[in-house]
Amino acid sequence: MATETLPRQRETVEQAVIRFCGDSGDGMQITGSQFTNTAALFGNDLATFPDFPAEIRAPAGTLPGVSGFQVNFSSLDVFTPGDTVDVLVAMNPAALKTNVADLKMGGILIVNIDNFKETDLKKAQAATNPLEDHSLDGYRLFPVDLTKLTRAALRDLGLDAKSMDRCKNFFALGMCYWLYNRPMDATYRWLDDKFKGKPVLAEANKLAMKAGYAYCDATEAFQTRYEVPPAKLEPGLYRNISGNTALALGFVAAAQQAGLPLFQGSYPITPASDILHELSMYKEFGVVTFQAEDEIAAITSVIGAAYGGALAITTTSGPGMALKTEAMGLAIAVELPLVIADIQRGGPSTGLPTKTEQADLLQALFGRNSEAPIPVLAASTPGDCFWVALEASRIALKYMVPVILLSDGYLANGAEPWKIPKVEDLPKFPVKFRTDREGFMPYTRHPETLARPWAVPGTPGLEHRIGGLEKQDVTGNVNYEPLNHERMVRLRAAKVAAIAQDVPDVVPAGDPDGDLLLVGWGSTYGAITAALRAQRGKGKRIGHVHLRWLNPLPKNLGEVLKRYKKVVVPEMNMGQLLWLLRANYLVDAEGFNKIQGKPFKQSEIEAKIQEATR
Amino acid sequence: MTTTLPMQTKKDFQTDQEVRWCPGCGDYAILSAVQSVFPELGIPKEKFVVISGIGCSSRFPYYMNTFGFHTIHGRAPAVATGLKVTRPELEVWVATGDGDALSIGGNHTIHMLRRNVGLKVLLFNNKIYGLTKGQYSPTSEIGKKAKSTPYGSIDRPFNPLSLALGAEATFVARSVDVFQAHLKTVLRRAAAHRGTAFIEILQNCNIFNDGAWETLTEKEVRDDHTILLEHGKPLVYGKNRDKGIRMRGIELEVVALGDGVTEKDLIVHDEAHPNPAYAFLLSRMDGTPGFPTPLGVLRAVDAPAYETGMNDQVRQVVAKKGKGDLGQLLSAGDTWEVR
Repeated sequence: MATETLPRQRETVEQAVIRFCGDSGDGMQITGSQFTNTAALFGNDLATFPDFPAEIRAPAGTLPGVSGFQVNFSSLDVFTPGDTVDVLVAMNPAALKTNVADLKMGGILIVNIDNFKETDLKKAQAATNPLEDHSLDGYRLFPVDLTKLTRAALRDLGLDAKSMDRCKNFFALGMCYWLYNRPMDATYRWLDDKFKGKPVLAEANKLAMKAGYAYCDATEAFQTRYEVPPAKLEPGLYRNISGNTALALGFVAAAQQAGLPLFQGSYPITPASDILHELSMYKEFGVVTFQAEDEIAAITSVIGAAYGGALAITTTSGPGMALKTEAMGLAIAVELPLVIADIQRGGPSTGLPTKTEQADLLQALFGRNSEAPIPVLAASTPGDCFWVALEASRIALKYMVPVILLSDGYLANGAEPWKIPKVEDLPKFPVKFRTDREGFMPYTRHPETLARPWAVPGTPGLEHRIGGLEKQDVTGNVNYEPLNHERMVRLRAAKVAAIAQDVPDVVPAGDPDGDLLLVGWGSTYGAITAALRAQRGKGKRIGHVHLRWLNPLPKNLGEVLKRYKKVVVPEMNMGQLLWLLRANYLVDAEGFNKIQGKPFKQSEIEAKIQEATR
Repeated sequence: MTTTLPMQTKKDFQTDQEVRWCPGCGDYAILSAVQSVFPELGIPKEKFVVISGIGCSSRFPYYMNTFGFHTIHGRAPAVATGLKVTRPELEVWVATGDGDALSIGGNHTIHMLRRNVGLKVLLFNNKIYGLTKGQYSPTSEIGKKAKSTPYGSIDRPFNPLSLALGAEATFVARSVDVFQAHLKTVLRRAAAHRGTAFIEILQNCNIFNDGAWETLTEKEVRDDHTILLEHGKPLVYGKNRDKGIRMRGIELEVVALGDGVTEKDLIVHDEAHPNPAYAFLLSRMDGTPGFPTPLGVLRAVDAPAYETGMNDQVRQVVAKKGKGDLGQLLSAGDTWEVR
């Protein structure tokens, strides 16, 4: 590593937010992920927000083609990716135009001026050149010939211009590493692994990164380097993890803890596909992944696998959920255990495939024909996806029910440091299939869970028929009698309600009673938690309840709601949990809703707290 | 451990459930044939699973004293695929109909066939929707007057065999509900096939489409309207076995034997022909005036079954990497210790 050649100021800051933005083809997601990984290894707490278009490559340089990655890294607890950014790296005018509003006044703005020619400005629909029209005067602007400097650094490698230009994101990464005084070795390792078969490309990216680092060292552009000390996290072994990876690992763990093979049936859909990619790598754990011909085959194959005795899961997003609804009804009727994971995105219809939303809650609860209750639970952070996958699987197997697990695009792609659990500390829930033929009937029930026996094909003496037609209680024979139907409808509902015995009471964060209770679920956890911390101690008593279980709801929730003068429900939808709380508890709760395909900012929740406690 | 299987009989495969098909329905004959063949196969009955979708034919599992799953409309192949991949040692049979397999479940049918999942598929084709009381089906002929088509259907029908062959099915056969001996032979062949065995069973719905197949089944005319395919034998048919099928260019033609035309000029049936185009040509005889309807095994080629490939891949990875260690998986990649 080059030694410093110029005297610099060093400044220690508690936290910093960097956003890399450029064209979809500029490698901004990789750049951001690499910086994140290095920050995590350094010991910072962090949260990330990858934000990219649905198009794989929108026309280069245009506004719809802009892709961004934001990372908030800190020596304190981090709950959100940050409302505003300290450093913005903009690779072209379109990226600058769409992102500069989030840069703090006086913030650092690194711009690749090689992409600010007249044609580039035209593609970004910029009337004037922002580098010249004084619109950036409030920022610390660092215009850099990123493309030229990268080419110069790589000239001896014998690569064509296109290949060289694809390394310019690593030049920018090198600059940011210098700026925050970070080692580059983790990224070296990643490059060596990524380009195992093409060492020249690993070398090229390393050279570009080193050149970016050296550029900052050698020029007088930057007068100050920043330090963000490590955070004081709970002791233990950590890794950086995204929600989708955590979910996949949670299912592998669940299968092992249950002693069952894992079967995943899935059809590729954004933002859930990464779970399929991830699980398809784990064959040494006996994981079978089936890329089905459509969403319906994905869930019905899973029903077949569950019938055969596997821990069976399907993963999808909203439009896929819609297609799976009839099959969910079948799973409810035949009372087989499976987990349906819905990684929510903006809708309706195709909607905003790569943007986040939490508007499938009522679909999850009610989106089926007739009386078809399903347990529903939701993850609150990327790392929590692991625990929720484990819990959803445990409940499905214990109660012999399909379970819906809700995550969303923000959790799926966002990342945070995750304390790796010890395998011996994970809950064990071994499954026993029915083998005793004595007195066997397919619809007898466990007295506490109301679960029916799991009698898998191949078991001698247990031959029986199941199906979507109404069953006679106990025998499971087809039956259309009026009173039997009512009894079965009530039994299926009672079984889901019985899960409440496995749902812990809620304990509000902050004040246990008082002026205002914030009730959230899913990925709003970070923003609400951060806002609550910032607003407490200002004279008002504020609490926060974050629901993991949406069906059944925790037994003490109604009582907790009554302890506060006001209840506010922040949601990335039109007020779906709000609707549930009002219907279930006759509480005059108030919604706080954002439906922009983006997560809440901490400041937005804080403003709402102030308004609600005025 | 070896155990001798107690002798199983047809009765072992019958349930105590009252069979609720209409009196005179062709489904009874198919049920009887299946219940006769299963005990012959020497497989304990708990290993059999019958999976169906929705429709008259899909009530089949309730009448078979095996494991059975009456699923939802069109989805039986997908449910069966999930089961077969999970439990390859089971004998999984699918009972379906022309509407279930070719209309609402058409997508699953073709993908099951292209994957060659080890399932035996009984497609009951009566060219009508029975359970919904008499609408035309995807195999009904053009001009079919039914409940939903008072002026006649304008849909072109599917030929189920052509469809299956187009999806490169490895076993494609056809039989008829009332031809019990023939049907049983075909069922035995299907049972022995690895990969998907697809059998179209021409079945009479005496309520909504009575006599749909009568030109193929009536004693007086059937021999002139059908041809029984036998592997390695020339394509001869007719009441007096005086007609045959010959190749002309890339078409088939019907020829009268005699007048210099002998069996040597005819096509010798080769069910194992690697090119599905041959069997496809046979399947197209149905719709062509003057040609007989082929019955028997059109195609039977050996190819790896899907569930074998799927599970082999798992075994190979385990052999190469060793059984997965959860602790290692959770702490894979870059980690750091906080003290």
